[in-house]
Amino acid sequence: MSLPSAAAQALAEFEVLQGWEARARLLIQWGERLEPLSEAEKTEANRVHGCESQVWLVAHAHGGTWHFRATSDARLLRGLLALLLVRVNGADSAQLAQLDVAGWFQALGLGRQLSPSRSNGLNAVLKRMAQLSAR
Amino acid sequence: MFHASPWRADFPAIAALQRQRQTYLDNAATSQKPQAMIDALAHYYSHGAANVHRAQHLPGALATQAFEASREKIAQWLNAPGPNQILLSHGATSAFNLLAYGLEARLNAGEQIAVSALEHHANLLPWQQLAQRKGLELVVLPLTAAGHVDLDQAREMIGPRTRLLAVSQLSNVLGTLQPLAALLALAREQGALTVVDGAQGAVHGRQDVQALGCDFYVLSGHKLYAPEGVGVIYGRGEALGQLSHWQFGGEMVHQADYHRATFQPAPLGFEAGTPAIGAVLGLGAALDYLGALDTAAVLAHEAALHAQLLRGLRDREGVVLLGEPEQALASFNVAGVHPADLAQLLSEQGVAVRAGHHCTMPLIKRLGVQGAIRVSLALYNDSSDLQCFFDALDNALGLLR
Ligand SMILES: Cc1ncc(COP(=O)(O)O)c(C=O)c1O
Repeated sequence: MSLPSAAAQALAEFEVLQGWEARARLLIQWGERLEPLSEAEKTEANRVHGCESQVWLVAHAHGGTWHFRATSDARLLRGLLALLLVRVNGADSAQLAQLDVAGWFQALGLGRQLSPSRSNGLNAVLKRMAQLSAR
Repeated sequence: MFHASPWRADFPAIAALQRQRQTYLDNAATSQKPQAMIDALAHYYSHGAANVHRAQHLPGALATQAFEASREKIAQWLNAPGPNQILLSHGATSAFNLLAYGLEARLNAGEQIAVSALEHHANLLPWQQLAQRKGLELVVLPLTAAGHVDLDQAREMIGPRTRLLAVSQLSNVLGTLQPLAALLALAREQGALTVVDGAQGAVHGRQDVQALGCDFYVLSGHKLYAPEGVGVIYGRGEALGQLSHWQFGGEMVHQADYHRATFQPAPLGFEAGTPAIGAVLGLGAALDYLGALDTAAVLAHEAALHAQLLRGLRDREGVVLLGEPEQALASFNVAGVHPADLAQLLSEQGVAVRAGHHCTMPLIKRLGVQGAIRVSLALYNDSSDLQCFFDALDNALGLLR
């Protein structure tokens, strides 16, 4: 699966950044572009547990490919979610299972956000995505 | 004013962390270790490890002697009447579990256990689960806005049905010192047993368990500049006699048959399995190190830094402290900023502080916050550490607001 165009754009933007400050700024901007969830979608069933902040994840399958939407009450996590979604959306289940998410965040210079001691919730979101798409 | 720590160089990890551009301000979670303690561990493991209380051979005799010498040092440190009143557990959490299981037979359905609303899960869940097993009522003592157990309400709530009171000395979230003298007196009047969680309190000032007058006092080695894997329970003589044996096996046995066994009295009877020998020796060495310091100077240094921390936080717009911290630590939020965002940007800048619920989920919910950032101090911290934290905080808030 080639890089979706939005992902290619994210990579181009993040690759050139130096330092935590620039990265955090851009992360916040990306978070602001996240497709919103309605209040009705922020249900307990859509909550992803195991995060320090609240996170909701909704999945839709269109003609064999997946389309996820997600949000959080924490801004940096919203940015991370946006970067995850541009990479995974449009993939089918087999592609999703194969996808190297760690490699993706590494390429963006955000590899540390996936380390096991991070309780920011990204790992919990990935686990939930895998469950939803394996059904 | 710059407060330097004359003890900083005794802790090699501080310089190592500095080389990694890390400022360590998560001391309430665990502490860095003094060289003298590290040397004692290295000495034990490089001069011949052996199991304790078992073997006749020389290494075993030496290990047992050193192990019991540590117990003696702990007893002296706490001013316990003697080493037989010091039980060694695998940590504070395992100490509370030992107490909750060990006292189970003494408690009957319909009786009450009182805890404060600020207890760490370690001193809450063992009692909560005991209450569920035995049909007891768990009474939660409310707090004042400043973060102390509300004594007026405690007076109403601790009554003839109260059989046990379990309460912290120093809150690991609010940094408040609890009114132990008054609370313990209320429990004693009802003939209830008292358990004090000294996991944080024992790190900031010498404790005298006899003067305190509690039945049980618990501390945690790894927070007190010693290794993980060791916790301490001091038990008052009569109170120790009320404990039933809990975990079984190893040298806690007196006589064993296939179908029945008798057990050792305290302390050995409550130390099933091989203890964390190295960690216990390490705790003895840490107490030797601390004992050689000028305690008043250590406390004055910690108090000066704590005041500096509070001043810096209160000077910043939007900072909301949790309670009114008195010692060692402070937890806070910033209006309009998610604590997870702030925590992430602080860690990006090499400031190691804790964010989240701090193992006190019920308290965090009761305070109506999503979590909090906690800055916690140790004797090796200095004003430069606080400066790093405040610089990082200002940078982070600049981005997030
Ligand atoms: C107040 C309090 N009680 C108990 C504990 C648990 O200690 P340990 O890590 O030794 O099990 C902690 C440490 O997190 C604590 O802060």
